[in-house]
Amino acid sequence: MPDQDIKQATYRALVERVLNGEGSASAEQRVRAFGDVGLAAPLDALVGKVVARPTRVTEADFAAAKAAGFSEDQLFELVVCAAVGQSTRLYEAGLATLAEVTAEGKVG
Amino acid sequence: MRLDVLNRGYSPSTKLLFTVIRLFSRQPVPDAAKLVFYRPDFYGSRAKEFTHEAMRGPSAWSVADRELMAAYVSKVNESAFCIGAHTATASQAYQDTPRVVAVLDDLDSAPVEEPLRATLRMLGKLIAAGTVSSADMREVLAAGVTPRQVEDALAVCTAFNTTNRLADAFGFEVLSPEGFASGAKYLLKRGYR
Repeated sequence: MPDQDIKQATYRALVERVLNGEGSASAEQRVRAFGDVGLAAPLDALVGKVVARPTRVTEADFAAAKAAGFSEDQLFELVVCAAVGQSTRLYEAGLATLAEVTAEGKVG
Repeated sequence: MRLDVLNRGYSPSTKLLFTVIRLFSRQPVPDAAKLVFYRPDFYGSRAKEFTHEAMRGPSAWSVADRELMAAYVSKVNESAFCIGAHTATASQAYQDTPRVVAVLDDLDSAPVEEPLRATLRMLGKLIAAGTVSSADMREVLAAGVTPRQVEDALAVCTAFNTTNRLADAFGFEVLSPEGFASGAKYLLKRGYR
């Protein structure tokens, strides 16, 4: 396998595991956290901060999610999914622009 | 850390390992290490594998350049723990702290090679905007960066953009300069696996 394919395959294995492997949070909740879409309050606030401004996350965000019934293991998984999801969008966006530009170069 | 399970939820063998690390390094176990040991089958094992590939796998970028990218990505994300960790690691790898400090302080005026500067600038834009324009990408290639090197830099960015978010969401404790230096020495000797 070429080096780049190993890197990207290793990354896909991580994404596949956090989304589809066994977990305390449901696969549906993990997909929503990964995509930062369709989450109800108060989890949406925590996940939204992990995605957009992680330095703004506070104890209160975790306390509110726990009070809403989420366990620590579920929150661990959902925060990981949110972070990996946001990074995946960046990775894909960067690779897509690179592919576009290098394809232009080949045609021109 | 903000979840009790990340402070206390470890098996006896992992706790023993943490004790050994503390004894040998004479420093607290960094929260970054604890995170990847918590239920490693969920996140840590595969995250370490990917990060190691990105940071130590085959690449035309040196290990020092990749550690600088990790520090720069962390700076853009304002992630205090990761800025400290990778400033220390890049500084040791280059044996040149002023170079690393200059890049983090002002990329435009820092004394670094143009391909590296253009790549760091592109990563910063990608993180800030969530996307990178064709024009931005063409500038990187025009600076002499190969498409393969861009892919390698994107992998570094991906690994650390995730770690930055987890560090700040879970509340990693910022280490002393000695703690970061000790961690940097380990990362340069052993990598991320």
